[in-house]
Amino acid sequence: MQTPAPFEYERATSVEGAIASLVRQGGGARIIAGGHSLLPMMKLRLATPEYLVDINDLTDLSYIREAGGEIRIGALTRHVDLERSEVLAAHYPVFGDAERVIADPVVRNRGTIGGSLCQADAAEDLSAVCTAANGSAVIRGGEGERIVSMDEFHIGPYMTAVGEGEMLTEVRLPLRHGGGSAHEKVERRAGDWAVAAASAALWIDGGAIADAGVALSAVGPTTVHVSRAEELLRGKPPSEELFAEAGALAAEDCSPIPDGRGPVDYKRHLAGVLTKRALRRAAARALHQEA
Amino acid sequence: MQVTITINGESVSRDVEPRQLLVHFIRETPGLTGTHWGCDTSNCGACVVLMDGKPVKACTTLAAMCEGHEIRTVESLEVDGRLDPVQEGFHEKHALHCGFCTPGMLMTSRALLDENPNPTEDEIRTAISGGICRCTGYKNIVAAIRWAAEQEAATRQGA
Repeated sequence: MQTPAPFEYERATSVEGAIASLVRQGGGARIIAGGHSLLPMMKLRLATPEYLVDINDLTDLSYIREAGGEIRIGALTRHVDLERSEVLAAHYPVFGDAERVIADPVVRNRGTIGGSLCQADAAEDLSAVCTAANGSAVIRGGEGERIVSMDEFHIGPYMTAVGEGEMLTEVRLPLRHGGGSAHEKVERRAGDWAVAAASAALWIDGGAIADAGVALSAVGPTTVHVSRAEELLRGKPPSEELFAEAGALAAEDCSPIPDGRGPVDYKRHLAGVLTKRALRRAAARALHQEA
Repeated sequence: MQVTITINGESVSRDVEPRQLLVHFIRETPGLTGTHWGCDTSNCGACVVLMDGKPVKACTTLAAMCEGHEIRTVESLEVDGRLDPVQEGFHEKHALHCGFCTPGMLMTSRALLDENPNPTEDEIRTAISGGICRCTGYKNIVAAIRWAAEQEAATRQGA
């Protein structure tokens, strides 16, 4: 039987209350939402929090809305709601692509975007999605809020910028004209972690790529942000050759390890091919040419 | 801590450790061993129950998190000796052999038909993709869910 180590449990009734508890309890306290990342880690005793603050009742943290020229997603928004969101389907279809292949529909009923991002598993899809989409994370603590980019958010394997006495409350994505995005993943079986996955976002203006975002899952110690591919893409008209070149950079810039999901050369190959495919689909969506 | 959960319409209250998982809370309640405890890693789906009508994996949910919520287990499907159409479908289409995955498959199927009364084969396969069956190859499970959908459609028309 897999059982988490003992802990104390509290059900939060407000964001302020949850943060006050985190501050009071110190480093041994963790937030729990859907629990589908944290509880498996606790069963394996890879995580041994002494105090859990359950935020499932904080339904004011569950939303997807447009505000201030951005899309704002509450940390408690569940995968199923991201998958079905019309706002995201219109502006960031990369979320729908990713959500359809994250775990399985039963898990997606419970798991949340906040939990996925805070788990910061390199193989986790939404970290790559939010990085490619040039998203930012709102972190709240006793002293107020701060906003960090996804690069600043990911500080290492399973480590984020969310510090002691703080919680992730919101994810923000820029609302910009001419955007298209896509996520491509190869998994061994339904619901498995990625062998490799690529997220891409393109903003096309007047026939040229005004801006680009490319990030990879499962092929490095953390989410791989492929900045070199983004620099290559900016300012050029979208083409198959350009996307292949960007894919080659993604394959070079990742650092997969060999494991049961495949050897290094295969994962590098996948990183390149999936980047190319994601860019191709992102461009078709930006240009409203998707079949 | 004292935890009170409504299971199949009845309030169940017990003093448990905060770390107790929902699947064990349910199975330690007299008469409720139908929910199976399988992989313990949210992969196999044998422990699926409905929480406020939505399927969830009870091995990856704390009992404490369910206080104030409605849980429905496989035992609730049969009412007064009458099987639920999904149970009848599994019987008609021979959708089980060893039966270990069946409670989770039945609850997942029930939730699917409640939300989407006329699912396509693809929709059925996606819905049950969180469950693992090592006997049937899934073909008969898909057929059983389609059978239940058609049965329920016929009943609605007749009503």
